Amino acid sequence: MILVLTFLAGALGAVARFVADAELRRRVLPDGPWATVLINVSGSLVLGGLAAWAHRSASGESALAILGTGFCGGYTTFSTASYETMRLIEQRRYTVAVLSGAGGLVLAVAASLLGWAAIAAS
Amino acid sequence: MSTESARPPHLRATALALVLVGGFCGTAARDLVQNAFPHSASGVPWATFGINLAGAFVLGVLLEGLARSGEDDGRRRRIRLLAGTGFCGAFTTYSALATDTVQLWEVGHRTTAGIAYAAGTVLAGLVCTWLGLMVASRTARGGAR
Repeated sequence: MILVLTFLAGALGAVARFVADAELRRRVLPDGPWATVLINVSGSLVLGGLAAWAHRSASGESALAILGTGFCGGYTTFSTASYETMRLIEQRRYTVAVLSGAGGLVLAVAASLLGWAAIAAS
Repeated sequence: MSTESARPPHLRATALALVLVGGFCGTAARDLVQNAFPHSASGVPWATFGINLAGAFVLGVLLEGLARSGEDDGRRRRIRLLAGTGFCGAFTTYSALATDTVQLWEVGHRTTAGIAYAAGTVLAGLVCTWLGLMVASRTARGGAR
């Protein structure tokens, strides 16, 4: 049961990413990799919190599987982030490539750490 | 093609359904691989590492191949949404990359390993994406001859 819910949550996460990406591009971030960066950072924040919850108590295990592995996993994406950085390199837009590639990683890890610390401290 | 663009609501529902199905399969595939190769909180998650690199390679092949075969509409757009946005998008994961790095620090007390894992994934991912783009462009050129 948890397995099916996990896959379904991942499917919904992918749809949420698709819609969020389109809306972000339409409204605020029309060009470049920033919509993907924002999606990955927000998903990392949530997964960090879920991981801390599961680390602390067994009740967090199912939540980590369904919302973490499922939703956050489907919502965030590595392949698109890598593709967008590679395209920037091809276009010789090296500053944006480094800012979004390295910066996106640092921000995502920082967000996850923030989520972890917030739940671990509560 | 013009009839499809005149019906945005239908297209929209189709697009959402394609991403949904692709996302379901991508998440299932990722979960299967991760469960087959489990890792401890203080260990490097090699399954996720391999998943992200494989997905980056496949997305590179897919998007370059589709771009070289014509406009992003009709069947090509449907394949991109199902296999690219849906499957590869959900198969690969950035939140696990970030959170496994935090776990290596917080639970495993392995700061250097965490940094090496995170930076190594991003750098190796770029190489895999580039390889994917190369494979697709060479195949396309070979087919055109």
